[in-house]
Amino acid sequence: MKSAILTDVSAVVERNFLVARKTWSVLLSGMIEPVLFLLSIGLGLGSLLGPVEVGGETVPYLVYFAPALIATSAMNGALYDSTVNFFWKLRYRRLYKQLLSAPMNIKGIVAGEIVWAQLRGVVYAVVMLVIIGVCGGLRSPWAALAVPAALVVGFAFAAIGVAIATVMRNWQDLDPVRFGTLVLFLASGTFFPTSAYPPAVGHLVELSPLYASNELVRAFCVGRVGAAQLLQVAYLVALTVGALWIAVRRFGRLHAD
Amino acid sequence: MTQALSWGQPASVVHARGLTKSYGGPAAVDGVDLEIWAGESVGILGPNGAGKTSLMRMLSCVSLPSAGSLRIFGLDAAKQSRDIRRRLGIVHQEDILDSELTVAENIYIYGRYFGMPRAVIRENSAELLEFAKLSDRADSRVETLSGGMKRRLSIARALVSKPEVLLLDEPTTGLDPQARHVLWDRLAMLKTRGVTLILTTHFMDEAEQLCDRILLMDRGSLRDEGAPQELVTRYASKDVVEIRASGAADVSALAELVGKIGNRMEQLPNRLLLHVDDGDLALRAVIDLGVDPRACLVRRGSLEDVFLRLSGRSLLG
Repeated sequence: MKSAILTDVSAVVERNFLVARKTWSVLLSGMIEPVLFLLSIGLGLGSLLGPVEVGGETVPYLVYFAPALIATSAMNGALYDSTVNFFWKLRYRRLYKQLLSAPMNIKGIVAGEIVWAQLRGVVYAVVMLVIIGVCGGLRSPWAALAVPAALVVGFAFAAIGVAIATVMRNWQDLDPVRFGTLVLFLASGTFFPTSAYPPAVGHLVELSPLYASNELVRAFCVGRVGAAQLLQVAYLVALTVGALWIAVRRFGRLHAD
Repeated sequence: MTQALSWGQPASVVHARGLTKSYGGPAAVDGVDLEIWAGESVGILGPNGAGKTSLMRMLSCVSLPSAGSLRIFGLDAAKQSRDIRRRLGIVHQEDILDSELTVAENIYIYGRYFGMPRAVIRENSAELLEFAKLSDRADSRVETLSGGMKRRLSIARALVSKPEVLLLDEPTTGLDPQARHVLWDRLAMLKTRGVTLILTTHFMDEAEQLCDRILLMDRGSLRDEGAPQELVTRYASKDVVEIRASGAADVSALAELVGKIGNRMEQLPNRLLLHVDDGDLALRAVIDLGVDPRACLVRRGSLEDVFLRLSGRSLLG
């Protein structure tokens, strides 16, 4: 006998899979953007830039920049299903009224949506990892661990996305979310190290979940893994748990009468 | 489908005492005591705003009682909601189907929501599609279905888990007469299989067709209950003579004229209803008084008369 929450999670994932099967081409579109960044910034602009220091080692710009695209792909993939699609199902499709008429519980449903959303992030991350490898952007066998790292990143952003969607009132509320992810992408040690900022700003940026994600994935790709990575994982897991807690509470309130 | 019954006493499916639901204002359901037995077919009847849907939502375990106790299958609805829902089939008022999936997929995934093994669902699926008369639409998108088809799919989907009790909130509202009859036919079929049916409706013919017992609900309370025929006997007469009139003044004049005939008279804006024991005899008396026979109609007393009497005026007024 499987536990109740596992039954709920697998049912939600299976339902989303049935739908995604029909719209798999949408999946592809999300992969194109990071590849364009890799080609234009990583390989193109990167050829004009000097080396960057990572964990005491000096590496070419491509090697510095490319891992951040893996983390960003995991973030974007996870955010897409957890914000837009989840909000749609929550507010317009009345999907969860159906699930709650069956013997399912809110915790299991929310956890299922998070598991599903991060799956997309991880798929994007794996594809990017392979492409970057082909382009010569990887330095170490440690890079294989970038996949579980992307999983941690995917879970964090999927949970954050679901929490945001439960707070959103309408589609306009999605604009600040889009803007926020753009700012995160530009600022969180994606294109340049935080040492380029004035110290106060730098420390602030280091609180960004994408910064922790970029640094985590980068450490594995470059092969300079240390205690800092434990801290980054702990931070991302804490964010996941906190966001899950908020999402379950908000979801419950939306479905109570 | 229904669990083995012990001899003599059928199993209690719903046991409610002082069941109350309020959303801040006056209680939508106000201290309802209710007993429903396995295999029964029970209709909750009442005007809009009577609290039928609120009561149904509590019986479906999708909404928590504000006060009172509710036990379903002997389990506490407040604490064992998941275990109860496992044994219920719930059909909501609006068809909330999964519009991103096909007809067959809707049934399949609903079974998965119950944690049923894939093979078992696939086994049941063909029979359910047949039952819902949707076999040839198995791969259609839900959006392309008519209202009647959607409602039948909602019911077929709710049956995937072989529920002991099926709860239907206004199952035929918004359907055309033909679609309604198809649906009644399907529900009658379930009844013969021993499924307990609990439904709300404001259609008297539906209640008469489907229900062994009717609960009359108004302003959050149950006002009376009984078999359809019992209620007709209690609140209406065996026969009714209807006399059409051209307006209120005409109705009053008619009332003056024929007022002594029958047990009770009801004045509607353009009709006069005489509740009588013998319709033919009363009709003759009416015609003898000079009323145009073409304006007269004799029919059996029905739930409609009960409902008009209870919700219209006197008793509940």
